[in-house]
Amino acid sequence: MICLVSGSLLLFGNGCELRKRMYDQPKYEPLEQSDFFGDARSARALVEGTVPRGHLNEDMHLYEGKINGAFADTVPFPITKEVLKRGQNRYNIYCAVCHDRAGYGNGMIVQRGFKRPSSYHIDRLRKEKPGYLYDVINRGFGSMPSYSHQLNPEDRWAVVAYIRALQLSQSATLEDVPKQEREKLLTEKQ
Amino acid sequence: MAQVFRPSANTIAKASIFFLMVLTIAGLCGLDLIHRSPYVRYTHRPKEQPVPFSHKHHVNMGIDCRYCHTTVEESASANIPSTRICMNCHSTIWKDSPMLEPVRESWQTGKSLEWNRVHDLPDFVYFNHSIHINKGIGCVTCHGPVDEMPLVHREKPLFMKWCLECHKAPEKFIRPQEEVFNMDYKEPKNQLELGRKLVKEYHVQNENNRLTDCWICHR
Ligand code: HEC
Ligand code: HEC
Ligand code: HEC
Ligand code: HEC
Ligand code: HEC
Ligand code: HEC
Repeated sequence: MICLVSGSLLLFGNGCELRKRMYDQPKYEPLEQSDFFGDARSARALVEGTVPRGHLNEDMHLYEGKINGAFADTVPFPITKEVLKRGQNRYNIYCAVCHDRAGYGNGMIVQRGFKRPSSYHIDRLRKEKPGYLYDVINRGFGSMPSYSHQLNPEDRWAVVAYIRALQLSQSATLEDVPKQEREKLLTEKQ
Repeated sequence: MAQVFRPSANTIAKASIFFLMVLTIAGLCGLDLIHRSPYVRYTHRPKEQPVPFSHKHHVNMGIDCRYCHTTVEESASANIPSTRICMNCHSTIWKDSPMLEPVRESWQTGKSLEWNRVHDLPDFVYFNHSIHINKGIGCVTCHGPVDEMPLVHREKPLFMKWCLECHKAPEKFIRPQEEVFNMDYKEPKNQLELGRKLVKEYHVQNENNRLTDCWICHR
């Protein structure tokens, strides 16, 4: 009887131990703590001064927003409806908390005490080149942090394109509306 | 010589076998109940964190989940934000708050903040956020009203049964893709009808109940 009880207890204990090892296997899950590396990070940073294969990022236009050292005045790929939609989506996630959805610089975080940015709808910013806007996202500007770690280059350009759309939308006149739509607008107004 | 066993010993022996069986079964049931209890599954109990980060405060200011959980749409893991993301705002606002001292220290020394995991599936289960997000399963469906939690807790016990309940009938839970991050979305009255339509539209691949095959989650 004692043998049976101790035997089953042993099995049970062993089973628990084995189960625990299945629950927490020696592999790393994303961001799991490591007791091997000194800084406890299982996700390793690149060795300083190295470039991963395929990430030389030589295209200065795409990655830095510059052509021959000056801010580019074009977006490096065609702007389609999809690009604008993507830009709107990313803008509302990452920028609207400060710049607000229409770009006047009156977002929630600003209302809670963050420095108020200029409105996008001032003359200076309307005239800035797309490359300049890209550079602000890429490297930050004054007290605005860089968003390069939350947005990839394609998304940064999509946001630039969307800011241009916002600027146009706030200074649009009746002339900008296509002809058929214009009539609809006018009749709706009455 | 006196008898060692009286006739009643037979009954006692029978009864004790019976009681032993009952005890064993009760014990096993008890173990199972403990195993399933909210205490062991850690539901509705916030965990101690290095910084008392409040989702309630931050989400209600209109910060989207993706501002911090940056990879939730394209990878298996949702990502816990780096110190740098906190410092986007907290290098300027509330920069002297004592509660944020560990964040500033992490920023200055480069040492990671050590957040304690709230949800943690066993390592023999494969889970992937991106497929669920892209097929119209909202954060609320699995994580509960995070926007009302001063500290996040586990809303669901994460039993296998729970995953299967939805994998058997995703139409009961699916919502339009643009509502995935909306914490206030209410299921419409005709959820089943809408669900069936969305399941088709998003090409949810569940022919022959494929989603309940063991290899889907244990690979
Ligand atoms: C945490 C708040 C915050 C967020 C989020 C934010 N910004 Fe800013 N932004 C600012 C502030 C503050 C300034 C003004 C900086 C200054 O003058 O020191 C600014 C300035 C700018 C400017 C104008 C620069 C100039 O020449 O005046 C642009 C363009 C800009 N931001 C774009 C963006 C874009 C695009 C995003 C999203 C990827 C974004 N910002 C997200 C706070 C923010
Ligand atoms: C300002 C940044 C920020 C925003 C915005 C944010 N979170 Fe979090 N989230 C965090 C941090 C930091 C943690 C880790 C600390 C913790 O668990 O409390 C976390 C943890 C979580 C966890 C628990 C993770 C675990 O350990 O299992 C869930 C679930 C979660 N967030 C869901 C959401 C949802 C849903 C939203 C959008 C409504 C959201 N978060 C928005 C920063 C943020
Ligand atoms: C987009 C801007 C933004 C980001 C990003 C952000 N916070 Fe905050 N946080 C705020 C604001 C604004 C407040 C003040 C809340 C209020 O006024 O209700 C705040 C308040 C806090 C407080 C309370 C401070 C106090 O003394 O009451 C803590 C703690 C905090 N944040 C932690 C964090 C952590 C940790 C992160 C990174 C995961 C983070 N925050 C990311 C904007 C932000
Ligand atoms: C189908 C259910 C489901 C949905 C939908 C879901 N999650 Fe999760 N989430 C989980 C599970 C399960 C885990 C635990 C994963 C593990 O332990 O490997 C988790 C873990 C997390 C974590 C911890 C870090 C990690 O990835 O392990 C965060 C943060 C998180 N979820 C945020 C979110 C956000 C934000 C959303 C909405 C965009 C969301 N989740 C949608 C089920 C879900
Ligand atoms: C509320 C509904 C819901 C819940 C809860 C849920 N899932 Fe899913 N899951 C889905 C849907 C919908 C899909 C998409 C199926 C497809 O189209 O491939 C999916 C797909 C998956 C896939 C990818 C399947 C493939 O095609 O390879 C995995 C893995 C998965 N789920 C794991 C889990 C695990 C593990 C849990 C529990 C922790 C869980 N899911 C809980 C709805 C759910
Ligand atoms: C939708 C995802 C999913 C599918 C499909 C699935 N499982 Fe699981 N399974 C899980 C999760 C999640 C757990 C962890 C539950 C827990 O933590 O208690 C689990 C745990 C288990 C365990 C360990 C139980 C324990 O308590 O240690 C076994 C055994 C198991 N599953 C067998 C199966 C078999 C057999 C099938 C096929 C018929 C299957 N599973 C299909 C998600 C799944």
